[in-house]
Amino acid sequence: MSGFLLNRFSQSIVLLVIVSMIGFTVLNFMPGGPLAQFGLDPGMTQKDIERLAEQLGLNRPLWIQYFDWAWRLVQGDWGHSFRDGAPVLAVIGRHLFATLLLMGTSTSLAIAIGSWIGIRSATHRYSLFDYCATVGAMVALSVPTFWFGLIGIYIFTLKLGWVPAGNMYTIGDGSVLDYLHHLILPSLVLSLVHVAIWSRYMRTATLDALSQDFVKTARAKGLSERRILLKHVVGNALLPMITLAGVQLPSILTGALVTETIFTWPGMGRLFLDSLGYSDYPMVMGLLIFSAILVVLGNLVADVLVAFVDPRIRLS
Amino acid sequence: MTAIAANLTPARWWHNRGVRRFMRHHLALLGIAMIAVLVLACVFGPYALPYDSLHIDLRARFAPPLSGHHYFGTDPLGRDLAVRLLMAGRVSLLVGFSAMLLSTLIGTFVGVTAGYRGGWIGAALMRTVDGFLSFPSIFLVLALAATLRPSPVMITIIIAVTSWMEVARIVEAEVRSLREREFVHAARMVGLSGRHIMLREILPNATGPIIVAASLTVARAILLEAYISFLGYGIQPPLPSWGNMLNGAQQYLASAPWLAIIPGAAITIAVTSFNFIGDGLRDALDVRDDHI
Repeated sequence: MSGFLLNRFSQSIVLLVIVSMIGFTVLNFMPGGPLAQFGLDPGMTQKDIERLAEQLGLNRPLWIQYFDWAWRLVQGDWGHSFRDGAPVLAVIGRHLFATLLLMGTSTSLAIAIGSWIGIRSATHRYSLFDYCATVGAMVALSVPTFWFGLIGIYIFTLKLGWVPAGNMYTIGDGSVLDYLHHLILPSLVLSLVHVAIWSRYMRTATLDALSQDFVKTARAKGLSERRILLKHVVGNALLPMITLAGVQLPSILTGALVTETIFTWPGMGRLFLDSLGYSDYPMVMGLLIFSAILVVLGNLVADVLVAFVDPRIRLS
Repeated sequence: MTAIAANLTPARWWHNRGVRRFMRHHLALLGIAMIAVLVLACVFGPYALPYDSLHIDLRARFAPPLSGHHYFGTDPLGRDLAVRLLMAGRVSLLVGFSAMLLSTLIGTFVGVTAGYRGGWIGAALMRTVDGFLSFPSIFLVLALAATLRPSPVMITIIIAVTSWMEVARIVEAEVRSLREREFVHAARMVGLSGRHIMLREILPNATGPIIVAASLTVARAILLEAYISFLGYGIQPPLPSWGNMLNGAQQYLASAPWLAIIPGAAITIAVTSFNFIGDGLRDALDVRDDHI
């Protein structure tokens, strides 16, 4: 167990180093570099830009810049926003809750709905329901999230008036119920793709578990089909889903960015787009790295969790 | 018991194995047919319609679908939506297809090198793949697209350099297992060069998974282009793409919902078709996949 954990931790650290290198390279190989935006500013001369580059240490060799930057990253100094001078990490922290709330709700929804569809597909294999679920999942995987969001707003906000079209809460209200009311549509929109993925996965996993010997034993000792499903099949099928949740993180974050944009949700995704609009280089850089760190850590947590839950790994 | 009971109920027509296979292939055929129709419509359609995609007519702003010769209505500048949709389709499909070609090329190159060389180089390459996969694709694509000059070619390159990793992984695994096979040992004993063995002996045996991954990559590339164009960092107006046609649609959602519905439907149809084709190819070429 401790060997597994140590191994997994060191893997994550190596991955974080690689991620930081990719992020640094991506943003430094762009023409003009981080100060390119000032080139168009009439209040700035070429001399000013050179002086800024000198001041910010942008004229040193790239690898020195990288180590300097990475070291400050580790210390928690992520630089300051070009827009308002606020520390990057603090600004990200302020937007983290909204994104995590949205992602958490939609992932829970996706797992619940997807599992139900998947298990029903497996127990009713080759039924009409199974076919519809299969085709439906493939279509759901193909719908652009923003389009689904726009149609959701059109139907449920503009036509039916059931839910608000945006923001996280009503100014002056902000009760839990108000948050939930604002949360319904964006989290459903974000969950669509993942319902499709979970249901496909759950179908395979359930079929797998159903063909195992312990299910035959359970049937032989006369357990009802329902109890077999709940006690023996679902538990076994759910375990690897923790890992899958980790693997899905990047695509959930991608979906969250789009969903937040449409629903004016004050999370990391919208912050990223706003920062792009302002050419706020430290903010963009910070969010890019932060999203990747979130993914790496999410996968690590998922794997460690599986190791603790699964006796095959826990006891080894 | 219900499971056994279910087996005893009379077989329905959709239980038949042949029907099942046909259903799977049926979807793939449907996908091919829809793509064929889309491509033909996008290539020849604009010549058949009476409007130009950039023709502005302020008297005809916000015409709803089926008004006069505007079959899909008009946009806020009075431009005909049908012809714009077809012109946008040229751009979106071309970008998606080219991005797939380029990313498959990159992915295959990395995968073959990593799988065949193995050792230190292989490990370094595959860790790089893991690193790229850790970024939510849209963050990476947007960061690149916002700072590089967003021409269609540049958008294609950006999508390709951020979506080659799946192919690389698939090819690497395939090549690693092929590397130890008899015919490769034989080729090595004959004295063939490493490059020859990689390209002529191993690669042809890995084409099945590559083709499947490529067809799914087209779907993903079209979606990615739509996302970034929708957000304003992809294909730039006046050149229409399915994504940027949706760009301003949200503010007119109440008064002119067709501006949002029609281009989104086109994207969904195209992406669904490629996913159907990919699924059919996976069955036909007997490629195993972990999930979905």
